[in-house]
Amino acid sequence: MCQHALMAESSSAPLPDGLVAVVKEDCPTCVLVAPVLADLAERADLTAVTQDNAAFPAAAEWVVHDADLALSWHNDIETVPTLLKVQDGKAVERLEGWKRDDWEAFTGVGALGTDLPDWRPGCGSLSVDPNLADELAVRFSGSAMTSRRIEIAALEDEWEAMYDRDWSDGLPVVPPTEARVLRMLEGTTRDANEVVAVVPPDLVEVTVEKIAINAVMAGCKPEYLPVVIAAVEAICTDDFNMHGVLATTMDVGPVLIVNGPIRNEIGMNSGGNVLGQGNRANSTIGRAVQLVVRNIGGGKPGGVDRSAHGSPHKLGLAFAEDEEGSPWTSLAESRGFSAEQSTVTVWCGGGPQVFVDQLSRTPESLTKHFAEFLKTNLTPKMVMMETVLVLGPEHMARYRDAGWDRDRFLSELDGYLQMDTDELIRGANDIEEGLPEAFAGSTVGKFWPGGVHVVHAGGATGLFSMAFSGWVPPPKGSVCTTKEITR
Amino acid sequence: MTTVLDPTSEARAEQRELVTRPESLDGLTIGLLDISKPRGDVFLDRIEEKLTALGATVNRYMKPTFAKPAPVDLRHEIATSCDAVIEALAD
Repeated sequence: MCQHALMAESSSAPLPDGLVAVVKEDCPTCVLVAPVLADLAERADLTAVTQDNAAFPAAAEWVVHDADLALSWHNDIETVPTLLKVQDGKAVERLEGWKRDDWEAFTGVGALGTDLPDWRPGCGSLSVDPNLADELAVRFSGSAMTSRRIEIAALEDEWEAMYDRDWSDGLPVVPPTEARVLRMLEGTTRDANEVVAVVPPDLVEVTVEKIAINAVMAGCKPEYLPVVIAAVEAICTDDFNMHGVLATTMDVGPVLIVNGPIRNEIGMNSGGNVLGQGNRANSTIGRAVQLVVRNIGGGKPGGVDRSAHGSPHKLGLAFAEDEEGSPWTSLAESRGFSAEQSTVTVWCGGGPQVFVDQLSRTPESLTKHFAEFLKTNLTPKMVMMETVLVLGPEHMARYRDAGWDRDRFLSELDGYLQMDTDELIRGANDIEEGLPEAFAGSTVGKFWPGGVHVVHAGGATGLFSMAFSGWVPPPKGSVCTTKEITR
Repeated sequence: MTTVLDPTSEARAEQRELVTRPESLDGLTIGLLDISKPRGDVFLDRIEEKLTALGATVNRYMKPTFAKPAPVDLRHEIATSCDAVIEALAD
């Protein structure tokens, strides 16, 4: 158990100095070594700390009853018996189970339990009993959490209570009990009270603890928390401009792309149905970030969120890049990070559209076709935009076979994406929307230089790719932002 | 009974009193803030004409981009040099 980050916040009576054995009567090995403990009490001044029966191994002065399991919990006892060497109230060495040679070496006392078997494994400590662990964690470290406690009455349905308090994005949220939030906080080494960011639109400081609460509600596992924290940091930068992303009448929201080792460590999906449902990490990480915006930042639909239509992905969208299957550098590497770093890239985008090409066998044909498709991004009249292109593995195979790298692809694509402004000005093709007439007689890029972000992801079968529509490009709108994920 | 932790900021919005509504616009300075949306200027030009006819002095302002909140300095300038402000939020 990783209790240490919160231990500093709680206090415990110190252990007696010298030799200490932590035991419980409900452990055959502890019962077996009871005579040895009495022997050591006599010959080496041992103190026994008993977890259950106060009179085990003996009703004697050298036996201390750890009735509330505070000593066991604070000293991370996982097994009984555990022998400890204690100096100044702190355990400096430990030995678990019973093994005569080791006990004699550890205590410096010879001829211990000569009539006993040489070796017996220990049993689980009561302090890590699954039925007690949550309660103990709350009792001994819950005070480290400073959020207001809200009691939900016995007759109230706790799931409905979450809705009643306006904490939900519309789907059920997991009630953030103290035990659940404590478990979530074990996913990071950061202090629960550390301020991570100032969240728009209300510009409120958010702590690790508040992010953990919303991560619980979203359905995250503790190991996802570092990704959520890094993503919250990223969206709350001036560059990303979460206030504008929220306030716009367009359909956009944060799109989270995860790179590096953490993708596989927490089981994110970069393969089949990568942008869809069915993977817990993908589905809950983006949702946790959006719940932080809602509950901490105060950004809600009808309030500062003025989107005309919204988009399904505004519930939260996170996915991973398939780096192992890609011949190219990853998105994160193209943005200056190393393959060993775990990162989250946040980008402001609308809903993705599918690109179908089942016949191109050369990279030239496929790239030209990509360009024709991308020219319609948002509308054919809009230029100097930005996109995230999710290149499917079967399309990537064309570039792998031909030896094209990321730079070659982007450069060739850009050549095909230069648009004739005569087609784009207001009134061209009898369409009133368009560029001001002053732009006529020229060419302009569909995307601003650096405005195409390519990620390799998707199922192994299917000659498809996906492209997101963007929003107001930098510097006036939102700047794609990458943060390293640290635990 | 279940105890949960508050997922919100636990902050309460500060209540501020509205300034007294002016009896008339005659002699007042009115700020018009263009948020930089296309054709916002068309709307504000017309408003300026109407306000000027009512005897108001009009100061025109513009956000650098519609995609971000107005900069603090701009808000301060409007607050200190105008009696009232009209912000065009429409597309």
